Amino acid sequence: MARITLDNLAHSYLPKPTDDDDFALKQLDHVWNDGEAYALLGASGCGKSTLLNIISGLLIPTRGRVLFGDRDVTRADTVQRNIAQVFQFPVVYDTMTVGDNLAFPLRNRGMDPAYVAGRVQKIAAMIGMDQVMNRKARGLTADAKQKISLGRGMVREDVNAILFDEPLTVIDPHMKWELRTQLKALHNEFGHTMIYVTHDQTEALTFADKVVVMHDGRVVQLGTPEELFDAPEHTFVGYFIGSPGMNLLEAEVSGHMARVAGHEVPLAGGYRALDGRVQIGVRPEFVSLSDDDEGLPVTIRRIEDVGRHQILRADFAGQPINAILPEGAPVPADAHRLKFRPERVNVYLDDWRVPPLHSVATPQKEAV
Amino acid sequence: MDKVQNNKAWFLVLPVLVLVAFSAVIPLMTVVNYAVQDTFGNNVFFWHGLGWFQDVLTDDRIHGALGRQLAFSAIILAIQIPLGIAVALCMPKRGLWASVCLVLMALPLLIPWNVVGTIWQILGRTDIGLLGYSLSELGIEWNYARNGLHAWVIVVVMDVWHWTSLVALLAYAGLQSIPQAYYQAAKIDQASRWKVFRHIELPKMQGVLLIAILLRFMDSFMIYTEPFVVTGGGPGSATSFLSIDLVKMALGQFDLGPAAAFSLMYFLVILLVSWVFYTVMTNLDKAEGK
Repeated sequence: MARITLDNLAHSYLPKPTDDDDFALKQLDHVWNDGEAYALLGASGCGKSTLLNIISGLLIPTRGRVLFGDRDVTRADTVQRNIAQVFQFPVVYDTMTVGDNLAFPLRNRGMDPAYVAGRVQKIAAMIGMDQVMNRKARGLTADAKQKISLGRGMVREDVNAILFDEPLTVIDPHMKWELRTQLKALHNEFGHTMIYVTHDQTEALTFADKVVVMHDGRVVQLGTPEELFDAPEHTFVGYFIGSPGMNLLEAEVSGHMARVAGHEVPLAGGYRALDGRVQIGVRPEFVSLSDDDEGLPVTIRRIEDVGRHQILRADFAGQPINAILPEGAPVPADAHRLKFRPERVNVYLDDWRVPPLHSVATPQKEAV
Repeated sequence: MDKVQNNKAWFLVLPVLVLVAFSAVIPLMTVVNYAVQDTFGNNVFFWHGLGWFQDVLTDDRIHGALGRQLAFSAIILAIQIPLGIAVALCMPKRGLWASVCLVLMALPLLIPWNVVGTIWQILGRTDIGLLGYSLSELGIEWNYARNGLHAWVIVVVMDVWHWTSLVALLAYAGLQSIPQAYYQAAKIDQASRWKVFRHIELPKMQGVLLIAILLRFMDSFMIYTEPFVVTGGGPGSATSFLSIDLVKMALGQFDLGPAAAFSLMYFLVILLVSWVFYTVMTNLDKAEGK
């Protein structure tokens, strides 16, 4: 097991990339600490799978280096890297039995048969397939096959890392939760570095200690789920994570005040003069109805009751604003103003977060 | 809506019946007719019962032809199936060269049978043929018109040249349908090239290979034109396969009765063998699915 370092990495599928758009994976420096569980979150086509295949050695990056510990493995093949990977769609060896499928990676490495048998038994029990060990893999259902794929990914104990490429896409919801819990348990038990690619934020936030958010070939933020929630470094993180996502409003910011379409929004911190496209972002959780004449005048379009809370959808000067209100909170018929909690308002310059000048009061510290 | 009972609707089936009758049933029945009758000419026939069938079943000449035919089909399958798979594995998966290869592979399939025969007939000649001339220059006494072994070699090589492409193209189609993730997973699992072939490629190609084997068996079992053009069934009867023998019997000697009985049994043998192939392969598939 080792720390995985990506140094100055970039990848393009074109033979002669010229400009930035040709790169599926843009300039990337990143360190995956040994033994942590990461989720790699992003929309489809943002470069997640490319990054994963570079780490496992299925792809050789156009530029940059991959280090395992201190060893440069950029050009080393999958065998030397000793990495396990599980793919989005089930890959099973049809003509083999379930047991032989699970044993395949071990036998290929010439492991001791007694050890193989024990290990396979253990993994089969874990994925709930120890009853069908002698069945041919052909003809099993898609989720049974994917469980075998997962099992094959986890059967080796000495791997440097286990990579999951949206492994639960074809599994039904109830089983998803169970398998994710088992993966988590496995991580706690063996301490493998795990990188879990997904576009499902719930999956990412529940699985991982650290979430890496990718957007358009770049890593836009690495952080704990709380950090992603409280202080999204990029507007993409803001609206991709959370349901509904962060409200983003075009604004002008000066000092402790933002002006949005002629209305003032107080901010907790002070800001330097900003040059470029300025937006303020606030999560729906920190938007509330105003009972006086303060706040932004809005038109309420509808209220959705989603069980544990209500989502209020409103329009402000042509831009949508969402608010999350507690379950059963009354919405007066004449309500027409929304206000934001000033310490929860983030300021973005050209999509990237700008920290306040005297940033003594970051949200997390305040919360303590 | 009320169901209307009208037996005149049966007339709608008539066109199909007529078509099938004229294309298949009537020609086949004339053969059946010949098979049970004898004639001394002048278009006068009389009943002969199962006599011709008994003759055919005990005829050494036909036993010989059947043996040669089975050997030929076995050799053809044993060469063309592995070779076709090997060629398919070597073909590039995408890009310009993939298209070039596909066109090249398809070329032999587009050439008419008798042209293929003529090409190899000339190619094998020692006076003007490139192959025959080169062989004799190398000191090999090459003569496919005299030497039975040589005749077999040229007929087999010709068929391999003509039809391996078909197997290769089918196998290639099977290979192309394997998702990339299988190869990636195999790499991660540290599978050797042989294991990738054995556990991924071969099982995924099973369906197309079944079709390839069936087609190649039926075609090779019925082969006529090419060996007829190259060797005419000779030297002696060294390359007289069933259909060559049949034509000799029916048109050369004008033995209509035995020839008809022979062709009926020929037809049944092909039907039977194809059915056995198909049943065995599909049952294999089902058994594995369990």
